[in-house]
Amino acid sequence: MSLTAATINRLSVNEKMMKALKSVFNKITNTLLLPVVGIAIFLALWSITAQSIHTSLGEFPGPNAVVKQFSALYDEHTTEREKATAFYERQEVRNAKKLEKNPNYVVKIRAYTGKETFVDQILTSLVTVTCGFLLAAIIAIPLGIWMGLSVKLNSALNPIVQIFKPVSPLAWLPLVTMLVSAVYISDDPMVSKSFLTSLITVSLCSLWPMVINTSIGVSSIDSDLLNVSKVLRLPTFTHIKKIVLPASIPMIFTGMRLSFGVAWMVLIAAEMLAQNPGLGKFVWDEFQNGSSESLARIMAAVVVIGFIGFLLDRIMLLLQRRVSWDKSSANV
Amino acid sequence: MTMTTKESKISTGMNTESAFLNISKVDMDFPTPHGSFTALKEVDLQINKGEFISLIGHSGCGKSTVLNIVAGIYQATKGGVLLKNKEVNEPGPERAVVFQNHSLLPWLTSYQNVELAVDQVFSKKMSKTEKKDWIEHNLKLVHMDHAMHKRPDEISGGMKQRVGIARALAMQPEVLLMDEPFGALDALTRAHMQDSLMDIQKELNNTVIMITHDVDEAVLLSDRIIMMTNGPEATIGEILEVNLPHPRDRLALAKDPEYNRLRSEVLTFLYEKQRKVEDIKDKKPAVKAEAMTIVEDDIKEA
Repeated sequence: MSLTAATINRLSVNEKMMKALKSVFNKITNTLLLPVVGIAIFLALWSITAQSIHTSLGEFPGPNAVVKQFSALYDEHTTEREKATAFYERQEVRNAKKLEKNPNYVVKIRAYTGKETFVDQILTSLVTVTCGFLLAAIIAIPLGIWMGLSVKLNSALNPIVQIFKPVSPLAWLPLVTMLVSAVYISDDPMVSKSFLTSLITVSLCSLWPMVINTSIGVSSIDSDLLNVSKVLRLPTFTHIKKIVLPASIPMIFTGMRLSFGVAWMVLIAAEMLAQNPGLGKFVWDEFQNGSSESLARIMAAVVVIGFIGFLLDRIMLLLQRRVSWDKSSANV
Repeated sequence: MTMTTKESKISTGMNTESAFLNISKVDMDFPTPHGSFTALKEVDLQINKGEFISLIGHSGCGKSTVLNIVAGIYQATKGGVLLKNKEVNEPGPERAVVFQNHSLLPWLTSYQNVELAVDQVFSKKMSKTEKKDWIEHNLKLVHMDHAMHKRPDEISGGMKQRVGIARALAMQPEVLLMDEPFGALDALTRAHMQDSLMDIQKELNNTVIMITHDVDEAVLLSDRIIMMTNGPEATIGEILEVNLPHPRDRLALAKDPEYNRLRSEVLTFLYEKQRKVEDIKDKKPAVKAEAMTIVEDDIKEA
């Protein structure tokens, strides 16, 4: 009797272990193995089709060519940086010599004017998109809250929002360019016009998802919570701070994530045309350059653009998890 | 304690002017696409300080509307509500509401939920430490001091409702309004909550208006039970005095003839005098006909 009980017990322990193993295995398959398989198949298909496409700039770049360009781009970056440091060192030595000869000499430091490397262009793009997005958020979130609180304002502004929302950045760009040239006149400009043009275009396009989501989030707050606020006679500012903002944070973040995605997409187009020294300009310059490596370099930029877009979305998600009380709303 | 409430309560023919809370000839019309719908007609009720009132009636009879008018969330079409001879026309913390589904802010802990109310009501009257003590005192009163720093989604339905009650009590309201406070709870939790409420009531002797569907709950807790007729044009059908001595014990009362008499009176009212079954068929045309007459009246007036 006791023997059989022990066997059954052992069996069930074995079974449990098997189940645990199986679930771990499933997890590994789903999170690691299958994505890797998917990417591998994609790369294989890509390299096969690439070989059979012949353009005026040579063969369409396959994965190998792109990887090669990544290292080439990085090498260019390091040599350019070395040149820059060498330039500053030379300048220092020269200035020191001049000072030795003439103690009254006023030292002039000139900035290095080499061309931007791929890494510089990535950084410029990131700065531009962040600034454009922040400008949009500063306008959109308060406006969305106000629209959510006031039915009248919502009815008044909703048509405008709905009409401007689907407008392509390429349509805005000429207008913004002319506007910036007309209004932003300064002898010692803090930022370049092209940066400002890209930034404003990004803001104009990423404004709307945030406005819409915020206003919907605010206007759909549970009426019981609003009644609590009424019973407590919370003043407007406290009402917004204590009830409206926390209640609509999940929707606001959904809007912000959508907007950030839009902003990143719009930025590449805007930089291309505004000649803001970012990833968009890199793609455009390579296209104009038309060397046998250009397509591979553009493809490298495409991969980087996609990767950064993905990372930006993840960062927003992390931020949402930090800020939002409702953790379930911050799922992928 | 119980004697004083009884004395004041017995004077039903009280002077309406001097009543603590005076719901005076309240009509409530709601606009609908088919003309206006009269939910309440001539609801007239005087409530003394320290009285525990239950509103009972079938669903849709306008109990919640009465409560919302007293709370100031709705405005009566005709008539009005006077609290200590001052007209009620907006919500305020002196008429705290315990909502049916607790309505706690889900992003705040129990403590913070009560704190929001205390900060608002006693912003200048209390120091920081006094506020903290007062918040903790109220949470202790509803036996929620052990889960003070938990969020609503981490505690059970009954516990949430307790925090909701603590929040309302912390406002030190003149009148405590409860909209089916225990309606969403299971029977055992509900019994437990009723006992807690009786304990709290013994200590604080609040003026309470409570909506309920539960006959036993009404008889157990109330000094008076207000039975409402079915809508449209719902009004007060009968008022039942509950003169059972305090403290009340649900087990002892189960065999008490007076308790059973009161209970059966409420049941008779609900299931004989105000039967809902036949209404289901007749209701729609009745509403329409009424809306029509209202429209006609409007036309005549115009």
